[in-house]
Amino acid sequence: MTETLPGTQSETLPEFPGVRAEKCPFDPPPRIQALQQDGPLTRVRLWDGSTPWLVTTYAEQKALLSHPQISSDVTRPGYPLSAPRTAGGSLSFILMDDPEHHRQRRMVQGAFTVRRVESMRPAVQRIVDGLIDDLLAGPRPVDLVEAFALPVPSLVICELLGVPYADHDFFQDNSKTIIKRDTTAEERAAAGGRLFDYLDGLVGDKLDHPGDDLLSQVAARVKAGELTRAEAAQMGVLLLIAGHETTANMIALGTLALLQHPGQLALLRESDDPKLIAGAVEELLRYLNITHSGRRRVALADIEIAGQVIRAGEGLIMANDIANRDPAVFPDPDELDLRRDARRHIAFGFGVHQCLGQPLARMELQVVYGTLYKRIPTLTLATDLDRIPFKHDGQVYGVYELPVTW
Amino acid sequence: MKVTVDEDKCCGAGNCVLLAPEVFDQREDDGIVLLLNAEPAGTEHARVREAAAVCPAGAIRIGEGA
Ligand code: HEM
Ligand code: SF4
Repeated sequence: MTETLPGTQSETLPEFPGVRAEKCPFDPPPRIQALQQDGPLTRVRLWDGSTPWLVTTYAEQKALLSHPQISSDVTRPGYPLSAPRTAGGSLSFILMDDPEHHRQRRMVQGAFTVRRVESMRPAVQRIVDGLIDDLLAGPRPVDLVEAFALPVPSLVICELLGVPYADHDFFQDNSKTIIKRDTTAEERAAAGGRLFDYLDGLVGDKLDHPGDDLLSQVAARVKAGELTRAEAAQMGVLLLIAGHETTANMIALGTLALLQHPGQLALLRESDDPKLIAGAVEELLRYLNITHSGRRRVALADIEIAGQVIRAGEGLIMANDIANRDPAVFPDPDELDLRRDARRHIAFGFGVHQCLGQPLARMELQVVYGTLYKRIPTLTLATDLDRIPFKHDGQVYGVYELPVTW
Repeated sequence: MKVTVDEDKCCGAGNCVLLAPEVFDQREDDGIVLLLNAEPAGTEHARVREAAAVCPAGAIRIGEGA
C-alpha cells in the first residue's frame, strides 16, 4: 500500500460518500459496504480529490474513535471535509479537541443525564399524545414528517433550551439548509450566521431574564466569565441543530422501515414491554444509522492499526453505518430484527464525542415507537416506496416527506 | 470483580447507567459517572462488563479477582 497516491491512481478509488442501491433505501451504498471485505482500512476519494482513509470495520472504528491522537478539528490540514469550508466564525465543541471540548461539553452534560431525561418522559408522552390527537382529527393522507416527526423533537428541544416555539419555522428552515450535503458554502454560511445571530439574541435575553432552561444555564457561564457570548451562542446552535433533525429523521425513516417490515411493526404494536421497545430503538438506530456521512477525523501522529500506518496529518472517515453492519459483531447484519441485542451499535459515534443527547434521543424514540403504531394500528403508506424523496443529499439521512394514511 | 472509574475521562453519555443502574450513576450537575458499588455481586458482572465495553471514553476499568 502506498502512503501517498499519485493523481491518476486516485481516479480509480471509490468515491465517498457512495450511492445507495435504488431498491434498498435502508442499506448503505453497496460499493462502500463491499470495501469491508478488503480489510479494515481502504482509501476513498472525496469531492475535493483528497484521498483519506475509510475505516469500515467495527473494532477498528472503535479503536480509532477513542484514540487520543485523532482530532475533530476541521481547521487542521488533512481533515476530510464533506463540503467546502468558509473561513471564520467560531466552532462549536463537536469540532473541538480536548481539553477545551471536554470543558465546554461538561457545562451542558448535566441536562442530559439518564435520570434528568427520564424525568422528562411524561412531558414527552404528552407532546406525542397531543400530536397524535391532532393527526387523528385532521385530514388524510398527511405528511408524517411535517405533522409529527419534526414537531416532536422541535417541541422537546425548544422546551429544554428555552427557545420560543413560535420561532421554530425559522430555525427549521435554516438548520435544513445547513445539513443538506449539496448546499453551497455561501448558503451554509448565511444560514449559520442567521441561526447564530438568533441564538446570540436569545442568550442576551437569558442574561437579563434567566429562566429555568438550559440556555439560561449557558448564559450564566457567560456571566461567570467561563464562556464568551459567541461561544455560548455557538453552543446553542449546536444543541438546537444536533437534537432536532436527527431525531425527526429517526421517527420518519424508522416508521417507513417498519411499514416495509410488517412483522416487525406488529411486534411494537402488540407489546407493552418497555424492554422490547427499548431494544427496538437500538436496532433501528443500528440498522438505519442516519448519520451516514461518517465520523470524520485527522490523525495527529502516526498510528499503526490493522497492519497499516496512518500518517500524522492524514484524514480518516469512520463509516459508522458500515461498522453497524459488520457481521463479526452483528450476525445477519442486513436484517432488521427488533429482538436482537443491538446495544453495541455505534450510531451515536464512539469516543469522547459520542452523542451528548443520546439519552434524550433514546427516550423520545421509545415514546414515539411505543405509542404511534398502537394508537394508529392501520397506519400505512399513502404512496409507493419509489416515490418517497430520500435525503441522499443530507448530512443526516432520512425522508423529506412521508405521506401516510390509516 | 473490582470496578474503578476515571472521572477525568468520562464524557457523561450515561451508557453505563442504562446498562447497570445498580453499579453506576451520574452526578447531577455535570453528568460525570458516580460509582455506586466498586465490588458488585456476581449477578451484576455481565452487565458491568457490557458497560465497560460500550463506555465511549474508556472510563470504566475492571480488575478481576475476588
Ligand atoms: C437519534 C438521534 C441522534 C443521532 C443518531 C445522533 C448522532 C450523533 C453522533 C453520531 C454524534 C457524534 C459526532 C462525532 O463523533 O463527530 C453526535 C454528537 C452530538 N449530538 Fe447527537 N444524535 C442524535 C440526537 C441528539 C439529540 C437529541 C441531541 C440533543 C441536544 C444531540 C446532541 C449532540 C451533541 C451536542 C453532539 C456533540 C457531542 C460532542 O462533540 O461531544 N444529539 N450525535
Ligand atoms: S459510559 Fe463511560 S463515559 Fe458514559 S457516563 Fe459511564 S463512565 Fe462516563
